[in-house]
Amino acid sequence: MASLRCFLRSGKNAASAALRREFHRTQPAAVQVTVRDALNQAMDEELERDERVFLLGEEVAQYDGAYKISRGLWKKYGDKRIIDTPITEMGFAGIAVGAAMAGLRPICEFMTFNFSMQAIDQVINSAAKTYYMSAGFQSVPIVFRGPNGASAGVAAQHSQCFAAWYGHCPGLKVVSPWSAEDAKGLLKSAIRDDNPVVFLENELMYGVAFDMSEESQSKDFLIPIGKAKVERPGNHITVVSHSRMVTLCLDAAAVLAKEGIECEVINMRSIRPLDTDTIETSIMKTNHLITVEGGWPQFGVGAEVLARIMEGPAFNFLDAPAVRVTGVDIPMPYAKILEDNSIPQIKDIIFSIKKTLNV
Amino acid sequence: MRKMLTIISNVLRGSASRNGARVVVSARTYADFTPQATFDIKKCDVHKLEEGPPLQATLTREEGLQYYRTMQTIRRMELKADQLYKQKIIRGFCHLYDGQEACAVGIEGGINLSDHLITAYRAHGYTLTRGGTVREIMAELTGRRGGIAKGKGGSMHMYTKHFYGGNGIVGAQVPLGAGVALACKYQGNNELCVCLYGDGAANQGQIFETYNMASLWKLPCIFICENNKYGMGTSVERASASTDYYKRGDFIPGLRVDGMDVLCVREATKFAADHCRSGKGPILMELQTYRYHGHSMSDPGVSYRTREEIQEVRSKSDPISLLKDRMLSNNMASVEELKEIDVEVRKEIEDGAQFSTTDPEPPLDDLCNHIFYNNPPLEVRGTNPWTKLKSVS
Repeated sequence: MASLRCFLRSGKNAASAALRREFHRTQPAAVQVTVRDALNQAMDEELERDERVFLLGEEVAQYDGAYKISRGLWKKYGDKRIIDTPITEMGFAGIAVGAAMAGLRPICEFMTFNFSMQAIDQVINSAAKTYYMSAGFQSVPIVFRGPNGASAGVAAQHSQCFAAWYGHCPGLKVVSPWSAEDAKGLLKSAIRDDNPVVFLENELMYGVAFDMSEESQSKDFLIPIGKAKVERPGNHITVVSHSRMVTLCLDAAAVLAKEGIECEVINMRSIRPLDTDTIETSIMKTNHLITVEGGWPQFGVGAEVLARIMEGPAFNFLDAPAVRVTGVDIPMPYAKILEDNSIPQIKDIIFSIKKTLNV
Repeated sequence: MRKMLTIISNVLRGSASRNGARVVVSARTYADFTPQATFDIKKCDVHKLEEGPPLQATLTREEGLQYYRTMQTIRRMELKADQLYKQKIIRGFCHLYDGQEACAVGIEGGINLSDHLITAYRAHGYTLTRGGTVREIMAELTGRRGGIAKGKGGSMHMYTKHFYGGNGIVGAQVPLGAGVALACKYQGNNELCVCLYGDGAANQGQIFETYNMASLWKLPCIFICENNKYGMGTSVERASASTDYYKRGDFIPGLRVDGMDVLCVREATKFAADHCRSGKGPILMELQTYRYHGHSMSDPGVSYRTREEIQEVRSKSDPISLLKDRMLSNNMASVEELKEIDVEVRKEIEDGAQFSTTDPEPPLDDLCNHIFYNNPPLEVRGTNPWTKLKSVS
């Protein structure tokens, strides 16, 4: 029976592989799940597991979520656990933090992280710093989640990447999943974590389906926060990335493989704590590094990775300066041709890899 | 019964003069003092309410002595903090509460310790009424390891059970308090949250956002505006288009309360607490009060108000004097008894000051601790790449 299921699945997969442009096979006997559904599953399972968990944000309940991430949850859990808020980020983020201080475990959704700027004082000063200021008396078990970074045609005010901003602050954990498995395992870990976690999703990834291993379908499947994953092993260059850019890195790696260049693509998964060890181990093997991100270059995630490598043992293993591939240092324009040229494309990654390798 | 007690006490007093003064006082306790009295209190202005708190308050002798002691403790502690600040033993920000004691003590008199409270940075008085000790409050001000936040928080970041600080960002504590109230409602524990802010903070947008949500969701939240007439150096008339802070909640019922009278504050708080606990949702109280000190220790407090004004409040409306006069004129306590309490309080403050100046500073290994709760130990970068510091939960 299992083998028949496998056959049917692989047959179906083979047929739709040509149609699906972003298709990633991990291992057989897996199930195809979109990032959206993985996030939904994670929240559903955690809501069921712990009564103290609840979700609040704009349109999360009766609208099923602006991006349908919380589809079906209000119907299942009701008004008490899934709360629609007015459009008042500073207020509802503060309310979420206060609820976390008083014993609940809120998931606070920002419709996009651009709107979190309205509430950023509550995230940093009320959530992140409190455990330290109270010398361990008052913890804040809260998750702030929502789509982050560039989308498609939403222009400057709706396209900013906040990984560097939140990654800057002690007291926060900052997580940036890429695949469906990342999304599920990291969101579950974030909800179970007793500390404030900023969970940076990506709107363009919501609809992308990934293989989910059997293991990842378990209700207790967790991915630890703070560990990166080597998505593709290689010997010639280390390519460090997070969120949607991982897809582009893998695509670039596939192109370069045909030319005999084997890239080791690392999916950071975690912005803070940043897994320097995995990156250093890789550099000690490949001797070359580039970082790839969607955000702006100045004081960004790539800048931090490079600085750490400079300061650590892996520096001596570099055969060339490490470089960053980033979004262009401008507010995001609207016109498609301009927008397309404001964020790294596969050709930019290939170009930077070849320059670094001097080929 | 009273006559018999008087006779007995006279006998005891007679014998006491041979045995010492202490017995005299305890003999007087049973016979000579009024066990309780009822006082007229100022009528509260109301907003969107059919009726307000009662116009009379009953005070028992025990309550009176306890309120007196607590208010006096807050007063003396704040004055000692003033001294220590001028000696540069307390650094940074220090916002003193003297003059406003009736607010903290009255509020606590109207709620239970199992309820919740959050305030802004003028928080030393509340840290005490919520269960902190003088020692640990003062040691926190001087940044010592025995401080209530182990020296890591300072004046504005003191926490204790069901007391969420101590918050430095003006107005941010109000949504937090509504969140605590949401947790109370969610958990169905019949507790409420008192959410304090000042006249300066009252114009903050996030407060209006909070009014909206607290009202929509009927959160058990008592919003309290401590109107001490000045937001730092700006008088209320220069900051607010409407200075009727008790009405600013619009659709939220409000009370304007005499914040210098501990009984008025207590009765209003009880009234507000009943309102919340009956599921009617939030309510707003404006306490009209006054601070003797400037906004903080770096503000002399006389550039935007006259010394005459401060003196007038001190002589006519001091909350401790008001209570003292009431108790004395109704024979609820003796002058000596209150003096004795003063002496005890002074001693407690001296002890606290002594502790706070001799307790050692926190150890350097504590520097990076308390970043995350319930987390395996992690490494924190020091000031340079070679310095790797350890952080435990």
